[in-house]
Amino acid sequence: MKNLKPWLPLIGIGVLALVLLAVAPSVLSMHWINNLGKYCCWAIAAVGIGLAWGRGGMLVMGQGVFFGLGAYSMAMHLTLESAGPDSLPIFMILYDPLAPLPAFWEPFRSDLFTLLAILLLPVIVASILGYALFKSRVKGAYFAILTQALAVALAVLISSTIRETGGDTGLSDFKYFFGFVLSDDGNKLMVYLIAAALLVVCLLVVWQLGRSRFGELLIATRDAEERVRFLGYDPANIKLVAFVVAAVMASIAGAMFVPIVGIITPQEIGASASILMIAGVALGGRASLFGPALGAMAIGWGQSSLGSSWPSGWIYILGLLFILVTLFLPMGLSSLVGKVTGLVWRPRATPTATTPAPEFTAPEFTEVKK
Amino acid sequence: MDGLIPPLLNGTAQGALLLLAALGLSLTFGQMGVINMAHGEFLMAGAFIAYLTQQVISSSDLSIPVALPLAFLGAGLLGLLVEVSIIQWMYRRPLDTLLVTVGVSLILQQAALQIFPAQGVPVEKPGWLDGQLAVLGYDWPLRQVFTLVLAALCVAALAGWLKYSSFGRRIRATVQNRDLAETSGVPTRSIDRITFFVGSGLAGVAGVAASLIGGTNSQMGTQYIIPAFLVVVAGGIGQIKGTIIAAWVVGVAMAYFADWTTGSLAQVLAFVLVVVFLQFRPQGLFTVRTRGLT
Repeated sequence: MKNLKPWLPLIGIGVLALVLLAVAPSVLSMHWINNLGKYCCWAIAAVGIGLAWGRGGMLVMGQGVFFGLGAYSMAMHLTLESAGPDSLPIFMILYDPLAPLPAFWEPFRSDLFTLLAILLLPVIVASILGYALFKSRVKGAYFAILTQALAVALAVLISSTIRETGGDTGLSDFKYFFGFVLSDDGNKLMVYLIAAALLVVCLLVVWQLGRSRFGELLIATRDAEERVRFLGYDPANIKLVAFVVAAVMASIAGAMFVPIVGIITPQEIGASASILMIAGVALGGRASLFGPALGAMAIGWGQSSLGSSWPSGWIYILGLLFILVTLFLPMGLSSLVGKVTGLVWRPRATPTATTPAPEFTAPEFTEVKK
Repeated sequence: MDGLIPPLLNGTAQGALLLLAALGLSLTFGQMGVINMAHGEFLMAGAFIAYLTQQVISSSDLSIPVALPLAFLGAGLLGLLVEVSIIQWMYRRPLDTLLVTVGVSLILQQAALQIFPAQGVPVEKPGWLDGQLAVLGYDWPLRQVFTLVLAALCVAALAGWLKYSSFGRRIRATVQNRDLAETSGVPTRSIDRITFFVGSGLAGVAGVAASLIGGTNSQMGTQYIIPAFLVVVAGGIGQIKGTIIAAWVVGVAMAYFADWTTGSLAQVLAFVLVVVFLQFRPQGLFTVRTRGLT
């Protein structure tokens, strides 16, 4: 059993892949497949948050920004594809049939550009933002609040640019997905399978990152940033990588969210949506491998089933979840599971959240750059 | 030149409202390290208390002055309840106070949505706020002057209380060295409670001012919480003067941006401004120097 242990997470990922890719499509109805696809998207974003927050100690409260970048890139492409070549999206025609297509829309006619944008836009934005914030050593609550502010800012910006982005009504009515008719059940299944496969890939990426030297450094940075700095590493770079990876995952999640759900609005990327993404991660267990994904799926299920049948009660449940999980289970449900089976991948050091590791306090002059 | 003065006056009033919202935060976040995301909902509670007061006292001339202390008390007690039931267990986990209070804020919002009409409630402006004050050749609405005066009074009261009262001295002692304060006989637990009560109460006062300027509804807290936090962060933690300057600058900048572009773009630009500013001064305008490497 002992030499099997390092491979248990991989077996777990395999089981999850089997369930999502083989069992679910043969058992579930199309309606539930679509819902499951939506949960997979939130789970992809959550896996990234788990990396940045659980393992890197950066509470990213503005993943809606990157989710939005991916989602709107995809939505603009699908809108243009549905509108057909050389014609305007319908919502623009309604405002002004003669206005030209805004310049930033034009490249999204290309399939390749859209795919590159989904992957590279979050890299660019997260790199600039992360570099600026981590180099000036913004962390903890400051970092959380600033990222949240950016999510609010992007949502406000999109709401207010009705002519360019559709504003509060968002973008919807997508007919084609890279040439495939979206109303067709077979194509819907394909879109779901892509989302589920991407979730599996993201889990694999985070698993591999966690095993690597980088993963060790990331946890070290979370638990004692100053010590890592004094050992000769630059914590800013370590955190930056985790932040960028998380951003790309959120962007992929947003991009898949659009063809599955069929609409994207600023509400899906603003402050409360970003907080909802956090909720799943906190519930599942931020530092574990499967916790964020499964937690996000649970929250997603609650949001779409309870949230529509019993909206007021759902908000109370969500609020109570935040309070109770943070008070009694700061490392989420997976810390319970982990104690019982050891199946869940847990950090070696005790998490800072419960018992802060003693920061190495040295006088200013010992700090040498490079 | 003509167009430059009105945004300055508007922005000053806007900054004063922001300052009122941020003042309580600078106490709970700055002095105690609690990241209270429910602060906006305490503000909302203050606004609803203003509405409820008007239901009892029909004369709006009288009801607002009565509502101010009531809102302070109401929001303060709400804060005290949250502190005693939840936050007191979390002082060693500052980042987790953020998550817990997100939960509190969701619950309070939903409760307000169910108790009061969803579209919000009207808070009548008192008659003595109808006029204008001539400033630099412009008519400054008295509503805005009122916000400014209220903010100034609150700042003066808070600063004086922190500096001269024995409570204030104990708060500062607790912040600077909790263990030593406790050893010297300062009851740090009750000091925490009083600080949180006052900080939350100030949010209630801000709520009354906000109810006279914007709408009173269950979502109003969400539009104040992030700007208020940004102001506290940009001003520097634990310093009221930093919060004052940051609130004024952000308020005025937003008014000018709104004048040149649109209201929502102004908000975006103001956020970007604060983020850029923190690049140059990550610790905010003014900082309390400590030996810790935090």
